[in-house]
Amino acid sequence: MPVIFTRNGVRRGVLRGIPLLLGIAPFGVVVGVIALRHGLTLAETLLMSALVFAGASQLLALELWTNPPDILAVAIAALVVNIRMVPIGAALSFWLDHMRGWRLWTSLFVTVDHSFALSVAEHRAGGRDAGFLLGLGVLTWIAWVAATAAGHVLGAAISLADDNPIFFAAPASFVAILAALWRSARQDVPPWLLAAATALGAQALSLPAPMPLLAGAFAGAALGAWREGREARP
Amino acid sequence: MTPTAMTLRLDVTLAIIAMGLVTYFCRAGGYAILRAMRTPPVVDALLRNLPAPLFAAYVALSLSRQDMAAVLASIPCAAAHMRWGNFGLSIVVGVGAVALLRWAGI
Repeated sequence: MPVIFTRNGVRRGVLRGIPLLLGIAPFGVVVGVIALRHGLTLAETLLMSALVFAGASQLLALELWTNPPDILAVAIAALVVNIRMVPIGAALSFWLDHMRGWRLWTSLFVTVDHSFALSVAEHRAGGRDAGFLLGLGVLTWIAWVAATAAGHVLGAAISLADDNPIFFAAPASFVAILAALWRSARQDVPPWLLAAATALGAQALSLPAPMPLLAGAFAGAALGAWREGREARP
Repeated sequence: MTPTAMTLRLDVTLAIIAMGLVTYFCRAGGYAILRAMRTPPVVDALLRNLPAPLFAAYVALSLSRQDMAAVLASIPCAAAHMRWGNFGLSIVVGVGAVALLRWAGI
C-alpha cells in the first residue's frame, strides 16, 4: 500500500500522543524551574523550548549556562546531546521519503524519541499515513512548551532556596535517562566507567566546560564502538 | 536593568537560536545527509555509542559537586526507572529521596 498523508493520520497521531503527556509534562516543568534558576526570563524559556524542543539538551545547556551565556559551549552541548537524532530521520525514511515541502521539514522539526518510537510501532502495525508522525510531534511540542512555561511560572511564584531538593531534578533526569539506556553490565559498565573517570579527570585538570563532558562522552563512545566492532568480528 | 518576564536579551536569544539551529541540523540535516550518502561504519558506531557515555559523564560531573544525599538518591531514582519506566515518576522519586536523606541528616 502507498504512503499517504491525511488529516485523519494527523488526528490519530494526536490521540496516540495523549498518554505520553504524563511523562513529558513533569520533565518540562523541571526544565522550566531550572531555566528560572539560571536566570532565563519566561520569554527566553518559551523561546528555548519552542526552538530547541529537546529536553535533555536544554537541561544540559542550562547546567552549563553562564551570564552572559557562552554561545559556543551551549551550542556544542546541544550538538553532542542531539547528535543521536541524526540516525532517527534515516530510520523514519519509510514515511519521510514520501513527504515533501513543509510536511517533511515540519515533521522532522517536531520529531523526538517518543514520536520516533511510536511511529516505528505504527508502521510495523501496518500504518501507512505519515500524518501520524506530524500529529504526534505537534502535540508533544505544544505540551513541552506549555509545561516548561508552567515550571517557570511555578518556580517564580514559590521562590525556591538554592538547596531545595527540587534542583536534584536535573541530575535525576539524567540518572533516569541512563537507566533507560541500560542494556547489560558487560556492555555498559566499561564505557560508562571510562566516560565518568575521563570527565572527572578532565575536571580535576581544570579544563573549561564543556571539555570534561566532551572528553568523557567521546572516550566512552570510542570504547563502546571498539568493543562492538570486536564482538562483531568472526 | 532587571529583565522582566517577557524580556528577550540579545546574547541569550543568540545562544538559544544557536542551540535551535544545531538541534534542527541534527534532526533534518542528519536525515538529508544520510539519505544522500553512506557514512563510514566507524562514524555510525561512534554515533550509536555516544548517548549513554555522554549522560554517564554528565551524572559523574554533577554528582561530584553535590552532597552525599544526592549521590545516594541516584540509586532509588535509577531503580524506579528500571521498575516503572516513567521519567516523571523517576524524577519525583529522586527528589523525594534527596529530601528524605537531607532531613535524616545525611
